[in-house]
Amino acid sequence: MDALYARRRRRNVVWTALSYAATVFGLTWLVLILGSLIWNGVGGLSLDVFTKMTAPPGVAGGLLNSIVGSLIVTAFGLVIAAPLGILAGTYLAEYGRHARIATVIRFVNDILLSAPSIVIGLFVYQLFVVPFGHFSALAGGVALAIIATPIVVRTTEDMLNLVPSTLREAATALGMPRSLVIRQVAYRAVRTGLVTGVLLAIARMTGETAPLIFTSLGNSLFTADPTQPMSSLPLIIYEFARSPYPEQQKLAWTGALIVTFAVLSLSIAARALSASRGGEK
Amino acid sequence: MTASAIETMAQAQADSGPQNRAQALARLKFADVGFRLLTQLSATLVLLLLLGVAISLFIGSWPAFRAFGFDFFISDAWSPPKERFGAYAAIYGTLATSAIAMLIGVPVGLGIAVFLTELCPPSLRRPIGVAIELLAGIPSIIYGIWGVYYLKPIMQAYVQPAIIATLGAVPGVGLLFAGPPLGYGVLTAGLVLAVMILPFVTAISRDVFETVPPVLKEAAYGVGATTFEVVGGIVIPYARVGVIGGVMLALGRALGETMAVTFVIGNATRVSASILAQGTTISAMIANQFADADPGLFTASLLALGFILFIITFIVLAAARLMLARMAIKEGR
Repeated sequence: MDALYARRRRRNVVWTALSYAATVFGLTWLVLILGSLIWNGVGGLSLDVFTKMTAPPGVAGGLLNSIVGSLIVTAFGLVIAAPLGILAGTYLAEYGRHARIATVIRFVNDILLSAPSIVIGLFVYQLFVVPFGHFSALAGGVALAIIATPIVVRTTEDMLNLVPSTLREAATALGMPRSLVIRQVAYRAVRTGLVTGVLLAIARMTGETAPLIFTSLGNSLFTADPTQPMSSLPLIIYEFARSPYPEQQKLAWTGALIVTFAVLSLSIAARALSASRGGEK
Repeated sequence: MTASAIETMAQAQADSGPQNRAQALARLKFADVGFRLLTQLSATLVLLLLLGVAISLFIGSWPAFRAFGFDFFISDAWSPPKERFGAYAAIYGTLATSAIAMLIGVPVGLGIAVFLTELCPPSLRRPIGVAIELLAGIPSIIYGIWGVYYLKPIMQAYVQPAIIATLGAVPGVGLLFAGPPLGYGVLTAGLVLAVMILPFVTAISRDVFETVPPVLKEAAYGVGATTFEVVGGIVIPYARVGVIGGVMLALGRALGETMAVTFVIGNATRVSASILAQGTTISAMIANQFADADPGLFTASLLALGFILFIITFIVLAAARLMLARMAIKEGR
């Protein structure tokens, strides 16, 4: 009996220790990655990074065109993804809650949510780059929008499902048509939730690289013309990180620091926003 | 638009004349139907997106499938000058790196989930949970640059020589660990992928572990079970379907991951028995070669790779979602 007890104790200690070790392993990676980003990236942060263009090797350059490009392409993505996602999410939660087609759409949306971004990039290449004959920031924006939309759809639906039916019934009883009940009552009740979804979508788009390779391509010059190829931070990191020149590698790390900082603060902001609402998850 | 709708409504209620009232109500009705159609249209667009991806990739890759037929799947030739293309090396690399990622990532991810739900002091639960989720927030390009500047030298200098000296010396199994320590390769890519999928495994496992009714666990503790026995005998069996769903979701991520893999896999279009050798994956190949590809068979072959990747991930993700849906039904949600 004692031997059995000792063996059970031992097994418990071993598995518990492994579980602790797994957690330490996971946290170590986070610390290592963030640590090396700060170590390599902070030194390169200077005014030049934000005021000068990317330059050929040997010339002092910055990341201005990439930063502006990232903002423009992400803004395009957002302009498409936010309304599309919120409207589609509204259909799933309000009009089609029990419809069979909604189940299918929900399923498809969940697949799109984790579909490989490179495949989305190829799709947009076929759809927008081949017919027009050249790469463009607009195509990049569409690719990012396709990646971001499922996130907005999902959060919008989840949030609207939290609105108590009594709230809708009360509004309906006052004679409000359905669309006004949704826009004036349901949307207002979950406004922070909708913003959370949009923030998460921006965070996802900011770090996305793969689909931009075949859509907005990258550009070493400054451009704000959406029909032209446009640089963006992840693309320039991809290019400079593989460069043999130390000054370009340094810029890659600085860009990586900026992107990571932006993405993580967006997702922390989204988290804080949804936590501040208490009941909402 | 919204303000005017409210005004219209107020008008409809205020106006006593039947004519005005009918007009206002008609306008209201119009806006109402319009909004409904708009949401329906958006939802349908989401549905069409997936169909569109499948159809456009299939059309784009058709020349390659027509030219090579079934050979495309089993040939590892990849020669742009000779216009001979086969997907075998890329498919093999994708499956091999994902397998390594799952072998490392799933046990560790589950371990963290067990730690968070059963062992962690409540005050640390939230900060550690958030920290693990931050790992999921780091963009994949960052994993790539980190992998090539830090992980690759470490693998080359310490880990791979150690593996070659120990496991590589074992007859038979040694073939898996043969070759020079290059730093780049299938194993390094698998390791980076493992860290990337960790947070997904942890997040979903933790969520399904938390659905285990406390009375079940309390009953087991009450008859004297250890923590390990409660986890192994109660929590995991109860949450099994959900955990498998989460694992498949993570697999879907690993299969399609591009940027991190491209940096560290070495990009050699060949199949080697050794996991220390350089290789390639479907996504890495597309990312690397698409810009230089001539229109015609080369581009079509890369699109065909994309189509294959889409089909593989679709099957995996669909299975994952069905399992998670089953778990949700079990919970009575």
